[in-house]
Amino acid sequence: MNLATFVIGFLASIGRSVLALLTATGRVALFTLETLSHAVRPPYYPGEFGKQMLTIGYFSLPVVGMTALFTGAALALQIKAGGGQVASEQLVPSVVAIGIVRELGPVLAGLMVAGRISSAIAAEIGTMRVTEQIDALTTLSTDPLKYLVLPRVLASLVALPLLVAVANVIGIMGGYLIAVGTFGFNPGAYIKNTLDYIDTVSVVSSLVKAGTFGFILGLMGCYHGYNSGRGALGVGQATTNAVVSSSILILAANYALTQAFF
Amino acid sequence: MPDPSQTPKLQLVDVHKSFGPKRVLAGVNLDVMPGESLVIIGGSGTGKSVTLKCMLGILKPEKGQVLIDGAPLAEVDSEAFLNDFGMLFQGGALFDSLTVWQNVAFRLRRKPFSLSKKEARERAIAKLARVGLGAETADLFPAELSGGMQKRVGLARAIATDPHVIFFDEPTAGLDPIMAGVINDLIRELVTEMGATAVTITHDMTTVRTVADDVAMLHDGLVRWHGPVADMDTATDPYLDQFIHGRATGPIAAIR
Ligand SMILES: Nc1ncnc2c1ncn2[C@@H]1O[C@H](COP(=O)(O)OP(=O)(O)OP(=O)(O)O)[C@@H](O)[C@H]1O
Ligand SMILES: [Mg+2]
Repeated sequence: MNLATFVIGFLASIGRSVLALLTATGRVALFTLETLSHAVRPPYYPGEFGKQMLTIGYFSLPVVGMTALFTGAALALQIKAGGGQVASEQLVPSVVAIGIVRELGPVLAGLMVAGRISSAIAAEIGTMRVTEQIDALTTLSTDPLKYLVLPRVLASLVALPLLVAVANVIGIMGGYLIAVGTFGFNPGAYIKNTLDYIDTVSVVSSLVKAGTFGFILGLMGCYHGYNSGRGALGVGQATTNAVVSSSILILAANYALTQAFF
Repeated sequence: MPDPSQTPKLQLVDVHKSFGPKRVLAGVNLDVMPGESLVIIGGSGTGKSVTLKCMLGILKPEKGQVLIDGAPLAEVDSEAFLNDFGMLFQGGALFDSLTVWQNVAFRLRRKPFSLSKKEARERAIAKLARVGLGAETADLFPAELSGGMQKRVGLARAIATDPHVIFFDEPTAGLDPIMAGVINDLIRELVTEMGATAVTITHDMTTVRTVADDVAMLHDGLVRWHGPVADMDTATDPYLDQFIHGRATGPIAAIR
């Protein structure tokens, strides 16, 4: 093989990847638009939405809560290690509050729920695809996008901000427990410092991020499940793709939103 | 017997369907008259299930047309068509998050039927009885049933709203001979008593003889033979002959 064919082959492979990316983006965009169009056209399935709120929101509380608790505690340890005792009394509560509310609360909750829910959605819808349940829905005059996809996407969109609100409180509590329990900081001063540093924009950005991440992970779970390949292999692949793509998109969206807010 | 001057209820015209390089249907032509029971036979993997899915538009043919009551599928009011339609999938395709009765009553609870929960449940249990399942199965989940029971639940779901167009994909596969007999009689009854138009896929020659008005045999992407069931035994087509007598030797290769 001479140099020219090598270079051409290399360029062609780049071209193919770019085309594949564009095609995938287009497909996701169409899927999203079609799903959202069902949000303004009855019939609606409130029962399905409720069920999903329960699985996505309520049953994710333990995972999200634990993550936030340990992260808040670890953050407090790190900051204390960096500053002296006097400076830390001020530094620990403020950095924990800001760090958790602005970044770690939404991002970690988003990633944890992506792992838990995006995969579960992809596996469920993917299995429905390969066992012809989605075709069966169509023959029973029920639009699968309306009945399966929309409730899941909406429920993740609504559930994530609620989860993140709880995660923020628990994360700050994690820092508080270490600061007050281990470092012997003054509890009243800690809480006052925390409240002083949490401003409206932090809270709003936290919740906007959460909603965005919820939308992403719900959508990616549904998209990959809905387009699952055949057989168990196809479903496994769909599950992996759902988790990987939602995690990466969450991190990218986090960067974009942080840039937009601050 | 169907009247040849009528417009066919369902019509495939030169339908082609491939999956990647694999050509499955290569110009299938098929008419189903209103009130007729067509049985499709053919070797495993010849595209019988794909043919049904093309008729419904679940799969899109690359070439050719699907007509319903003479109108192209794209122009048909699919809502209205599907409300009078039922299908048994080859694998049952039961919703595993719903109980048996909820599966059967799936459509009954929705528009335009909109039955109350109690009525829908009663209707579901009556349909389950028609396929030989007792009321005690109603509250089980599909995963708790045997394969043959799942098949029959799928059948009950397909006929829950007494539709006039019904597709059955291997209704008796996996059933014992007695149950198969019950199901064959049921399908025949739907056609003769309710005037339903039925398309049935089967490998079971008893089903062919009980259920069919017309038989179509698919082979190699084409309709190899199509005619009244009464003519099947006297037909001279070597492919059909080999198939209905289940001979290992003949024009149809055993390895496909
Ligand atoms: N979604 C799909 N993607 C790729 N190939 C498919 C798909 N559906 C069907 N096929 C292929 O099309 C061919 C025909 O499949 P089909 O399910 O119609 O067979 P069949 O005649 O119903 O067989 P059987 O009697 O075993 O059910 C098979 O070779 C199958 O591999
Ligand atoms: Mg089949």
